[in-house]
Amino acid sequence: MTGAIEVEGLTKRFGEVAALDGIDFEVRPRSVFGLLGPNGAGKTTAIRILATVLEPDAGSARVLGHDVVQEPDAVRRVIGMAGQFAAVDPNLTGRENLRLIGLLTQMETSEIMPRAAELLRRFRLDEAADRPLRTYSGGMRRRLDIAAALVPRPPVLFLDEPTTGLDLISRNELWDMIRELVDEGTTVLLTTQYLEEADKLAERIAVVDHGHVIADDRPSVLKAQLGSTVAELGFEEEDGATRAVSLLAATHDGAERDGATVRLTTNDGPRVLIDVLRELDRADLSPATLAVHEPSLDDVFLSLTGHRAESEETPAEPAVSGRRRRRGAA
Amino acid sequence: MSATVAAGAARERPALVRAVRDAKAVTWRYLIHYIRVPQLLVFSTIQPVIFVLMFRYVFGGAIHPPGDIPYVEFLMPGIFTQTVVFGAIATAIGLATDVKSGLLERFRSLPMARSAVLAGRTMADLTRNVFVVLLMVAVGFAVGFRVHTGFWGLLAGLLLLLFFGYALSWIFATVGLYVGDPETAQAAAFPLIAPLVFASSLFVPVEQMPSWLQPWAEHQPVSVTASAVRDLMLGGTDTAYHVAQSLAWCIGILLVFVPLAVRRYRRAV
Repeated sequence: MTGAIEVEGLTKRFGEVAALDGIDFEVRPRSVFGLLGPNGAGKTTAIRILATVLEPDAGSARVLGHDVVQEPDAVRRVIGMAGQFAAVDPNLTGRENLRLIGLLTQMETSEIMPRAAELLRRFRLDEAADRPLRTYSGGMRRRLDIAAALVPRPPVLFLDEPTTGLDLISRNELWDMIRELVDEGTTVLLTTQYLEEADKLAERIAVVDHGHVIADDRPSVLKAQLGSTVAELGFEEEDGATRAVSLLAATHDGAERDGATVRLTTNDGPRVLIDVLRELDRADLSPATLAVHEPSLDDVFLSLTGHRAESEETPAEPAVSGRRRRRGAA
Repeated sequence: MSATVAAGAARERPALVRAVRDAKAVTWRYLIHYIRVPQLLVFSTIQPVIFVLMFRYVFGGAIHPPGDIPYVEFLMPGIFTQTVVFGAIATAIGLATDVKSGLLERFRSLPMARSAVLAGRTMADLTRNVFVVLLMVAVGFAVGFRVHTGFWGLLAGLLLLLFFGYALSWIFATVGLYVGDPETAQAAAFPLIAPLVFASSLFVPVEQMPSWLQPWAEHQPVSVTASAVRDLMLGGTDTAYHVAQSLAWCIGILLVFVPLAVRRYRRAV
C-alpha cells in the first residue's frame, strides 16, 4: 500500500442522482491532490465520505490504511476537514472554537491552549482571538475554519473549496500555508472549481464530472493537452475572421472561427502570437480586439467532455450534440 | 505507514471517560452562548414573568381553583411547568442551527463520542432550566406564592420539574435534528406545544373545561406534572399518584425519544 488516500469504485446515490458513479483515485503521501470540477460534480460528496460523515453505497476508501466504513474512528483520528461553509461556532471566540476542537479531538488537555495560540498567530488571528466569531470578516472566519481543522496536527487534511469567496490576498496567503503544511509532511486533498488553484498547488489533479473521474494526471500534462494559451482575435466583420482562419489554418493547428472571432489554442503562446500577427499584417488583416487567456476549468471541460462545465442542479445535457467543440485540444 | 508525520496529539481514552469529557466540552460550548447572547436568557425569562403578572392580576379574579387556595398558589406551579416546556424549544432551535451551519457535520468527522452533542445540548438546557426555574420561584414569592410543604416539598417539586424539562429536551432535540433549520424548528415547535400548554391544568382548573377536553387535559404530561408539582409544594391527597404519573411520562418520553434522537443524529447532515 502506497497511497495516503485510496479510493476505489466509490459510489453514492441521492435518490435518482448518482453523486458519485464509481470514482477511483490515489493520493501520494505528503502531496496535494486536487479534485477539480464544477458545482455538483461530486467533489464534496467524495470528501464527506472520506471524512466519515457520509457512508458510500459501494466501493471503498482508505485513509492512511484505515477503511472509512470499517474503522471510522481510526480515520477521524488522522484527518482534519475544513469545509466550503466555515463550520465554526459564531458565538464562541476564535480561541474558544479551537479549544473546543482540541477537546473533541482527544488532545492532551495541557497541549490544547498552546496549540491554539500557535495557530492563531500563524493565521494572523491573534488580535481577534478573544472576540466572538460573529465579529469576524468572511476571510477571517475561513482562516479560523482551517486553523480549527489543524488543531490536532492531522497528517491528512481535506479542504473543500477553501478559497471560494476569498479575496486575492487571503487566497495567496492560504496557498502559501497549504504549501508549508505539505513541506511539514501533511497530505492534502483539495477540491476546487478553479484550474489555476489546482495547477498552483496540486501535484496531481483528478477532473470530476457528473460523478466520474474523466482525467487524472499531473497538471502540466493536462494543460499540455489543452494548449496552455488561448488567444482571441476579434475582427470588425465575419469576413475578416474567415480570411484570417483560412490563412492561419495552413500553419497553425489550433485555429477556429466563431462569428467574427478567431480563437487560437497553443502551447507556445507568445512566440505563436508574434508569428500570427505578422502573417495577418502581411495579408493586410488587422484584428480589432486581442485577448489572451490561460485555460480555465471551462476549457478543460470542453476539451475532455465536449460540453461546458455545468452544475448538476440543471438537468444533464445530452453529451456533445450541436455544441461548439475546440479542435486543437484532446 | 509510509507517511511519517509528526504524530497527532490524540490520546486513547476509555469510552466512558471520553463520553463524559466530550459531553462536558459540548455543554460548556452551549452555556457560553447564554453569556455571549444574553437575550436568549432574558427573553425566555421575560415571557413567563409576563404570564405571571397577566394571570395573577388580570385573569386571576375570574378563575376559581379547586379547594380553598388562592389563585396565585394554583398558578405558580403551572408557570414553573410552562417555563420548562417553553425552554425545551431552545433545544430544537439550537440543534437545528448546528445542522444548518455545518457544525454537526464537522463534529461527526471528529474522534469524539457520538453521544456528546445530544448529551451536551440537553445538559446545557438542564442547567439553563435550573437558573430560570429558580428565578421564577423568586418571582412567585414576590407576588404572594407560598410553599405549604416546607423546603423538601419545594426541592422535590423543583427536581421533578427539571426531570420533566430534561425529558422534553429530547423530544425537541429530535425535532431540531429532523427539520434542520432554526426557523422551521421554531415554527414546528409551537403546534406541538400549544395543546400541551393551553389545554392543560397550568392556568385553569380542568373542571372548568368542556367535558370532551377534560380527559386529555387531565392526563397529558404537562398537566400531570403541574398537578404533581402542586401536590409537592402545596400538599395534596393524590401526591404519590400524580408524581408517579409524571415520572411515568418522563421515562416513557426518554425511552422513545433518546433512541430516535440518537438515530437521527447518526444520519443528520
